[in-house]
Formats: sequence, C-alpha cells, structure tokens
Amino acid sequence: MTLIQPNFTNLTQGPRDGFGAGIMVAAKQNPRVVALCSDLDESVRLATFAHNFPNQFVEVGVAEQNLVGVAAGLALGGLKPFAASYAAFNPGRNWDQLRVSVCYSNLPVTIVGGHAGLTVGGDGASHQILEDIALTRVLPNLTVIVPCDAAQAYAATLALVDHSGPAYLRLSRVDTPDLTDGLNFKIGQAQILRPGTDLTIFATGVMVAKALQAAQTLQIHNLQAQVINLHTIKPIDVTAIVRAANQSGVIVTAEEHQIYGGLGSAVAEVVTQNLGHQITQPTVIEMVAVNDCFGESGPADAVMEKYHLTTEAIVAAAEKALRRRAQL
Amino acid sequence: MENLAAPQFSPDLVRLKYLATKIRMAIIKMVHQAQSGHLAGALGLADLYTALYFGALKHHPFDPNWSQRDYVLVSNGHTCPVWYATLAEAGYFPKVWLSRFRQLDSPLQGHPHFFPKIQDETEINQPVPGVENTSGPLGQGLSQAAGLALSLKRAQKPNVVFCFLSDGEHQEGQTWEAYMLAGQYHLTNLVPIIDHNNIQISGRIDQIMSVNPLPTKLRAFGWDVWQINGHDQLEFQKAIRLIKAGVRRPTAILAETISGRGVSFMENKFEWHGKIPSQAEAANAITELTTQLDNLNYDPHST
Ligand SMILES: Cc1ncc(C[n+]2csc(CCOP(=O)(O)OP(=O)(O)O)c2C)c(N)n1
Ligand SMILES: [Mg+2]
Repeated sequence: MTLIQPNFTNLTQGPRDGFGAGIMVAAKQNPRVVALCSDLDESVRLATFAHNFPNQFVEVGVAEQNLVGVAAGLALGGLKPFAASYAAFNPGRNWDQLRVSVCYSNLPVTIVGGHAGLTVGGDGASHQILEDIALTRVLPNLTVIVPCDAAQAYAATLALVDHSGPAYLRLSRVDTPDLTDGLNFKIGQAQILRPGTDLTIFATGVMVAKALQAAQTLQIHNLQAQVINLHTIKPIDVTAIVRAANQSGVIVTAEEHQIYGGLGSAVAEVVTQNLGHQITQPTVIEMVAVNDCFGESGPADAVMEKYHLTTEAIVAAAEKALRRRAQL
Repeated sequence: MENLAAPQFSPDLVRLKYLATKIRMAIIKMVHQAQSGHLAGALGLADLYTALYFGALKHHPFDPNWSQRDYVLVSNGHTCPVWYATLAEAGYFPKVWLSRFRQLDSPLQGHPHFFPKIQDETEINQPVPGVENTSGPLGQGLSQAAGLALSLKRAQKPNVVFCFLSDGEHQEGQTWEAYMLAGQYHLTNLVPIIDHNNIQISGRIDQIMSVNPLPTKLRAFGWDVWQINGHDQLEFQKAIRLIKAGVRRPTAILAETISGRGVSFMENKFEWHGKIPSQAEAANAITELTTQLDNLNYDPHST
C-alpha cells in the first residue's frame, strides 16, 4: 500500500507542483520532451521550466486552440509535447482540436489542465470547469488522469513520457495533503489507500483526501470503508470496481466535477455492465459531485462547502448507500 | 498673474478625473479586500470607463433595461473591478456591493455573469444591473457584441454596442473571426474599445506573442481605427461622438493605455496583472490616489 501518514491541515504543495517538478526531470532525461503554454506558465508551474529549458518550451500566447494544434504538429515531428493551460480552456476550448488533431491520429500529446474544479475559488464559475472529465473520457485513445497529490502528479508526468498515446492530466489549483509517495503509480491501476469491508469509496483528485477523512469518521461509527484512489478515469480499472462491488455491494463515488458524465458515471457504467456477470450481488452507488449547476466565486473551502463537496457529504452518502443496500 | 504650476482643466474634465480617481480607489479596495482579482488592467481602464459612463453613453442607471440605451459589453472580464466600480458610482447598484466582490453569495462574481432574468430568489442569481454579458474566458466578447449589433441592425434599431477588449485577447483566433464578421456585415453600430496596455500575464505583449501592428491588421479586416490616448477622456468622448454621428466603415477605438495607471509603483508593470497588494502596498496606493483627488480641488456637490 502506498499510503503515508497524511497530515490533512498543514499543506505545502499540490498536484500542479508535482507536474512542474516532474516535467523538469523528464526534460532533462529526454530531449524530445517539450512543454507548451498559453500565457499561464506560473499558474501551471512551468515558469522555472520555461527559464531552464528555453529550447524545449513554446509560449503560444492566449490561444488555446493553437496550443493543441501546435502540440500535435510537434508530435508529428517526433517530439513528446505537454501542452498546459487552465482546464477551462484546455480541453474546454480546444476539444475539437484535441479530438481530431490529437486523438484521431493517436499522437503522444499530453494536455495538462490546471485550475480544474470549484477549488479555483475567486475566479468564479467561468473558470471552475466541472465538465472536463466528461468531455475527455468519451474520446477514443485518450487516457485521463487526475492525481490526488503532488507526488502522484510527479509520477504521472513521468509515466506519461513513456506512454505512447494521447493523455489528459487534470490538476487542481489548491494544495493537497500528501497522501501517496508516488511509488507504485501505474496508469490504469486504481490504488487502495485504506482497507475496509463495509463499503468502498472511489474518489479522485482533491476528493481523495476528503474520502480518507470520511472513512475515519465512519470508523467511529464502526463502519469500515475501503478508500480507492481512481487516479485514472480512463482506461478505468474494471477489476477494482468489480472486486469492490462483490465485496460489499455498497459504493460511494466522490469527485470535483458535475454529477453527470464524470467518475461516478464511469463507475456506474462498469457496475451495470457487469451485474449478473462478474458482479454477483446487488450493488448500490451514491455519487458525491456537483449537482448539475455552475459554481461561483468565493474562497475555495467555502465554495466546496456550499456545493457539498465535503467530508460530511461523503459520510452522508455512505450512510445512505448502506441504507439503500439494506432495502434490497 | 497666470499660475503656471497648476494645470487648468475644464470643469467637465475635473469632474471626470475626480470620478476616475475615486473609481481607482474602489478598485484597490475591492481586490485587496477579496485577496484575489486583477488590478493592472482595471486601473488602466478607469479613465475610459468614466468618460464613457459619465458623458458619452446613452443610458439610465435607474432603468438599466431602457430600450433605447447604448449597450456596453465586456470581453476582458478579468478587468471587471473597473466595470463594477463605475456602475456603482453611476448608480446602477449600491456601492456596498463592491465590498463583497468575489465573496460567496455575492452578485459581483470574479468574472461578470449575465442572466436575462431572475433565475431564483438567491441574490447571486439576480441579474447585475448594467452587466450585459458573461465573460472571463478571453476572446468571446466581440462575437457576442457583433451578434447583438447584428440583431439591432436587422431590427433597424439605432442603439450602439460598445465592447471593451484587452490587447492580450487579440491572440485568440475568435477575436479576429468576430472582426471579420462585423466587417463583412458592415456593423457600424458596433464599437470595440481596445485596451492597448502592452501587458499580459507573463510579460509584455510584443515579447510574448505580438499582436501588433493592430491598426494595419484591423484595416485589413474591413475596419477603420481611431487611435487615442486612453487617459485623455475628452479625446475619447469626442471619438465616440463622431463615431455615433455616422461612419463609413465599422470603426474601432484603439486606446493606448498605461496598465496600473494612477499608482506609480504599479504602472507599466506586467507583474501587477493579477498580483494582490500587501496591506502596505494597498495603503500606499490609496495614499497616492487620495493626493491626486485632493489636488483636483473638486467639490462633488458643486453642480
Ligand atoms: C481563454 C482564456 N485563456 C486564458 C485566460 C487567463 N488569462 C486571464 S487574463 C490573461 C492575460 C491576457 O492579457 P490582457 O487581457 O491584455 O491582460 P491585462 O492587460 O488586463 O493585464 C490570461 C491569459 C483567460 N481568462 N481566458
Ligand atoms: Mg493587456
């Protein structure tokens, strides 16, 4: 197991810092690694990279469609591009370019979407993209990764250098507790962060820490929740989901995303398609996600609370899922 | 004897300068209080916003949906502190709203949002009086404004549509798609106002990704360009008067501005695009602006 003793309060770094550190190492090891940015290098932690590797960096200006198009072209030229901006615009604005120029040709381009989700805070709904997992996981060939902490983002960045197809790496703006040591990161392989037999919480990104805290609360009520970090949304780890369903028949999903089309939907697709086949018992799912509405400006924590992306919401969802399961 | 030291402004101009300085103070307070937001662009635009809303625009702050109004759309939504402060100063909504900029449940979002009508009873889902479009993601505003102008033109309505744009968002292809359309459809009722401050987030525009020369490019897209000093409020008002009186081709106002204008240590520094001033920096900025206000010797109750 890769869980380290998490400190939930004293936060010093987040996934974007892990990406910034990882891309530096990757570029040093591999001269084919290039990073592209659209006037947000500080925000996506590429400023030091831009300074240290000027010949492996491309600044395209405020032009996210061009960003992905040029990345595709660099890949045609044999390079390994990482194209970064805010997720609201990358893939939010350049989805067609991603779909056709990158995914259709199965080019080894990674698009890096920073500042995803409500934790953007003050910038408000226009910048708080909550639809990007849905947008990306429907694209053929595209791998979708949402790291939960800096070490995992670092590991994912290095893993993506060796990955042969296109990928989307989703990052948050906020710092997160250090939950993993980054070792044992494997694309497509879910991570059990905490064992438990009464139910399973599947979480991704900033919600993983909250899932672990929810599991602590549930334990006080004598409920043993397994917590699984689904850092890879696509290809999804079918085995892990099937195993969880067969273990307890009670699943909670938690994501910083719209309730439609994200992690919860992906898990539900696996469950419904395997019920009566690989899954041998009735299984219920409760989803913790944003309930089909836009976010708003405010301090990140306050916004998360208002839109019910909290530890308490996960606990409540777990209790409800257990009640529902008992009805079957 | 003539006093050579003190510049002599017309009463109109003194009033405009007074209002712009007050708006700059409000901008500093909003961003400092919220501990987030964008100062440089907003400060640089204060003279233009004041000149527009206090003398050039056809509008009724107490009747924001007046059918004969000129429309103001904003494409560079991150500069909204200047829009909110100007609208409040003009009387569109109470000034106390400004202190809740970027706070939870506030109508004044970090980037402006527009709803055609009340969505539900919560304060945040009420339309913000005077805000006519949603923006934030750069490059979308001129298309919205062009569509609005086209609808007015087809309905043979005389309303004019102003649209504020930043120079940075001229790096977005969509901005040029909108210019092309407006040129093709001959939208002389659409007036883009370009904030040419030559900064963006990571540096000076001409070093990051040059958009220059804007006048040549715009002319090639079917536009005439009126280049002005973006801090000369009377020149700006004159440009608007003449454009409204009738132009041969769609005409854009290219305003040469100084980002961070009014606060000496912020002027022309791209680093201040989105930096939050410390307590001391905010205090120094307010002190500087207060001195400027006092030097105007303007009595707001004089008229
Ligand atoms: C589509 C899009 N991409 C990126 C951003 C992030 N962003 C906000 S402001 C800005 C800089 C643009 O320069 P400019 O608008 O000229 O800024 P200012 O002069 O007001 O400082 C960027 C890249 C955005 N808001 N929208
Ligand atoms: Mg600018």
